Amino acid sequence: MSAVLVSTTINDDAVQFACPPEESLLSVLRNRLGLIGAKEGCSTGDCGACSVTLDGRLVCSCLVLGVEAQGREIATIEGMAVDGKLHPLQENFIDHAALQCGICTPGFLMAARVLLERNPDPTESEIRYALAGNLCRCTGYDKIVHAVQASAKEMRKLDKKKSPRKKA
Amino acid sequence: MGNDPSYTNQKFKVIGSRVQRPDGVDKVTGRARYGADYNAPGQLVGLFLRSPHAHARILKISTSRAEKLSGVKAIITSADLPDLTNGDNAARDILENCMARGRALYDGHAVAAVAAVDEQTAKKALKLIKVTYEVLPHVTDVDEAMKPEAPVIHEDMYTAGIEPRPTKPSNLYNVAEFGHGDVEAGFAEADLIVEKSYKTEQTHQGYIEPHACVASVNPDGTGELWVTTQGHFTYRSVCASLLGMDIAKLKVTSSEIGGGFGGKTHVWIEPITLALSRKANRPVKAVMSREEVFRASGPTSSTSIDIKIGAKKDGTVTAAFAALRYQGGAFRGAIPGMPWAMIGAMTSFACYNLANVKSVGYDVVVNRPKVAAYRAPSAPMIAFAVESTMDMVAKELGMDPVDFRIRNAAREGTRACYGPVYGPIGIGATLEAVKNHPHMRARLKKNQGRGMACGFWFNFGGQTCTDLNIATDGSVTLTVGTIDVGGSRASLSLIAAEELGIPYEQVKAHIADTGSLGHNDTTEGSRGTFSSGMAAIFAARQAIGVLRERAAIMWNIPVEDVAWEAGSAKAIGSKHRKLKPLSLAEIAAASPTTGGPIAGHNESVPDNAGVSFASHICDVEVDPETGGTRVIRYTVVQDAGKAIHPTYVEGQMQGGAAQGIGWALNEEYIYGEDGRLQNPGFLDYRIPVCSDLPFIDTQILEIPNPNHPYGVRGVGETSIVPPLAAIGNAISNAVGVRMNHVPMSPPRILKALEQLDAT
Amino acid sequence: MRYEAPATTREAAALLESEPGGAFVLAGGTDLLVRMKLGHIEPGLVVDIKRIPAMKAISHSASGSRIGAAVSGAELGEHKGIAKAWPGVVEATNLIGSDQIQSRCTMVGNLCNASPAADSVPAMIAAGAKVVVVSPRRRRTVPIEKIVTGPGKTSLAKGEVIEAVILPARAARSADAYLRFTPRTEMDIAVVSVGVNLTLERGRVKSARVVLGAVAPTAILVPAAARAIVGTRLDDEALDKLAAACSAACNPIDDKRGTIEYRTKVAGVLARRAAKIAFKRAGGA
Repeated sequence: MSAVLVSTTINDDAVQFACPPEESLLSVLRNRLGLIGAKEGCSTGDCGACSVTLDGRLVCSCLVLGVEAQGREIATIEGMAVDGKLHPLQENFIDHAALQCGICTPGFLMAARVLLERNPDPTESEIRYALAGNLCRCTGYDKIVHAVQASAKEMRKLDKKKSPRKKA
Repeated sequence: MGNDPSYTNQKFKVIGSRVQRPDGVDKVTGRARYGADYNAPGQLVGLFLRSPHAHARILKISTSRAEKLSGVKAIITSADLPDLTNGDNAARDILENCMARGRALYDGHAVAAVAAVDEQTAKKALKLIKVTYEVLPHVTDVDEAMKPEAPVIHEDMYTAGIEPRPTKPSNLYNVAEFGHGDVEAGFAEADLIVEKSYKTEQTHQGYIEPHACVASVNPDGTGELWVTTQGHFTYRSVCASLLGMDIAKLKVTSSEIGGGFGGKTHVWIEPITLALSRKANRPVKAVMSREEVFRASGPTSSTSIDIKIGAKKDGTVTAAFAALRYQGGAFRGAIPGMPWAMIGAMTSFACYNLANVKSVGYDVVVNRPKVAAYRAPSAPMIAFAVESTMDMVAKELGMDPVDFRIRNAAREGTRACYGPVYGPIGIGATLEAVKNHPHMRARLKKNQGRGMACGFWFNFGGQTCTDLNIATDGSVTLTVGTIDVGGSRASLSLIAAEELGIPYEQVKAHIADTGSLGHNDTTEGSRGTFSSGMAAIFAARQAIGVLRERAAIMWNIPVEDVAWEAGSAKAIGSKHRKLKPLSLAEIAAASPTTGGPIAGHNESVPDNAGVSFASHICDVEVDPETGGTRVIRYTVVQDAGKAIHPTYVEGQMQGGAAQGIGWALNEEYIYGEDGRLQNPGFLDYRIPVCSDLPFIDTQILEIPNPNHPYGVRGVGETSIVPPLAAIGNAISNAVGVRMNHVPMSPPRILKALEQLDAT
Repeated sequence: MRYEAPATTREAAALLESEPGGAFVLAGGTDLLVRMKLGHIEPGLVVDIKRIPAMKAISHSASGSRIGAAVSGAELGEHKGIAKAWPGVVEATNLIGSDQIQSRCTMVGNLCNASPAADSVPAMIAAGAKVVVVSPRRRRTVPIEKIVTGPGKTSLAKGEVIEAVILPARAARSADAYLRFTPRTEMDIAVVSVGVNLTLERGRVKSARVVLGAVAPTAILVPAAARAIVGTRLDDEALDKLAAACSAACNPIDDKRGTIEYRTKVAGVLARRAAKIAFKRAGGA
């Protein structure tokens, strides 16, 4: 039951930690590294409140062992706002009241970010299925879907500004 | 002005604007701290051992091997918890629910708890505790529990509310009757009578955040509790009384709350975690697993209901009767004197203006977890039964179901089925809004159907205590003691800003710990914005009084000559013409030399929270070959009194509707023959996921509550009441089957369709 | 508990074989970690196979496809060639859980978890898929349907690990489909499921494999269901026979997810629908 030393990258920072091999990544983040943004709602992968990305893919950190993080890249909600500026999704979640109690919000933001990175212009149905792994009991999802739609629109505009259309 | 709660129909400057919540940034960046997000130096991990049996005598609990395990610092059983409840049945039920006393009364009932240096050690210790059970016969179904041959759960339970008092104990612990007129005569008058029986299964609030707390008790008898709760003052008094502590010596700090919906109005692990800390003399952190949340906290009643409604050909209901059988788990209801079926019976026909009405509530114990409040507790089940039957009557009369309801709707002056006479109410207006809503005219395709239903909730005021402090730069701290479950810090800041005449951004609302304010009742009964809002108004008005006095000092004029307008003190009268108004910030800046800090305070028991009504419209599509049902369009129309923050009001309406949809279609506690809960997890307890739901349209009506200066009514709960019936009615209109068992799951719908084919 | 992340399949097999306590393979962990968390198992050793190149590889050609045991559902879904050749298998695999689960779950994990309701298994059996089983001393190829022997039980011996799934060459005018029934649209376990794989000849079904999930202790191949549609153009009579054969083959239980009656009825309903989809995909009209 001896601890294993793990070197990994979290939100672009090199991080080392030691944990017993059976400990989940969620527990490592919350209890060893002070990253409490990922929440434990079920610990069985059914609620999505602990969502983070592992090498760019969305995962439930409760279903990843801490030791699996060796040499990987992890992103958590704590890394979403850059240089004190909120991500458009974060802004829109506040503006559209896409959160009430807020316990599911970090997970939804991580899931929505991965969705919009892969699909900048999702349909309502694509948004709903992409977020189906994240449970919210307060909002009925209505304002969450609206916030993601608004963010997608805003991010597409920003993207156009950043890379002006090339001449054909 | 002053502390007059009467509605004034004033023009608002900031009320009704859609401002950003003060806790928003913390919640989108992961900084907000919930129950499990706090750690105390040197804390231990607390875990619970729970009964695997639905009903068993505990012959022996042997903890000696666990105690010897290195790292185990305390073990608690009921032997460590003397009964200090002094004949208070409600308190004794709480004590016994927190830790079994001689008998385990449901699958998941705590029998022992351990505090150890880490989780692994605590888990090992749980395995080393040996409990010897004598398994007893159990009953989990409400109808079965009422049968004479059912195992009696409490030998000392004699039915209350009937005369003469029964001579034998039973599982029926209370009978309560409401109504007026002569129901028999009313049915005799009817041209048509519809009778139908219904069942609804047990559901859970399903908050995403499990119960969690950190308890720390010192040898001097003082203690602290960090906890996720809807009512930290209530938790304080309950925990203190169960553990024999002075209330004032226990400081309870509420964390951000990750959903409650009534489930966090009651204590579960908290008293035991305090007891573990006291015994170990170290802080103890306890967090329920999801399985524990389902097995041992929360759920609402499962029910069995009979309805009888009689009407004349012209659509007038001549008589209505309801018999409600609700199980409360293994204990009496959570609110002393207000058991669950009684509450249900009170709400039964509250939407209607009836000459002859009677409802009888039968409260029953079974071997299931202690039932807790769940958003408009007890109302959705009876509304399912009543509103389904109302549709059946309308159909038999050949009347449009909306018109039929409008004809019988309660109005100002109607005597409610539970006694009082209504003031201005919104049921008629919500029905008219439904009738005129474009949703009602939208085309439906094959296997699609539309239904509607109404709902009622009382709303509640209760004890409130609030502080308002003005800093020397003119910014304002509003300190409240009601937990913010859905954005009330924004709404209350809006209210303080409105009163003071300053921008919303100048006000910062905080939830105080129990050491910083007087008692506040729990955030339940849709009372948060109503009651703390009222207290915020009065506290602000008191502060305005002080501001005027300070301006008078600064100007050296009598305070009677100072008025408060638009955020400034103004000198009234021609002799003060030269005095330029003093802003709140200017008066605040001078406060150190004019008498010190400027504050307002209010403690009160706001009453008459304003009854609330809603009407919902729902379209479903049923797959007739699988019974699978999807909600494809949904509209909520609700009277909010005055919507302080309309976006957050919409959020309450949508959230309640979504919970109701889950309840209607898929959510249920499934018990095996062995009395064990078979689906204690989010995989098989199926709350709606994002792809299950459509957008939920909302229409807020504002029929002012005459007993609030701004006209505010509670809004949080009513929207969970109509969905069960709205969906049942929609299914009936889609595929012709009248569902009388909730959830209306695919197997139940398919079976009903087969029976329909067979006839 | 020990954690090992070997670089070759043989090493993995050797580790599993030599562990005296409970030894478990960790691929996506979406079942294993849940069972650990709920206290159902206490592994002495967990062997993470995701750092084994052969386990992470996908190859696809006209002669067939090979999908490493550690390839996630999401990675499989992103492989256009396999998705085109085996839409039923890929859809079935992609139905396992949410996007979060898809990032981690694997077909082989789904298989070895040995749940009667596993989504990818009926589709793989219908496809005639095989798995490569490796032990420290030998390597063998086994049809999917020989792996699961009952709920939670497999035929794998101690020290055996599955390295890859082999899908056969895709014949002309053939296609597959998979359907399941769940009360929710997502995040749910199949109450009943059906995989159908068929080949057409001159507009008629030449051969077919029909497999049911969640209606018996293991996924079941139903030859009578295949016979009901072979030689037909999938007319209503054939579909009725197919549905009847599927319902007749059901041997389900009543549980929290569905009743015997319900599963039996809906198996037939889904079989019709899945057969129609496969028929259309194969170019039938």
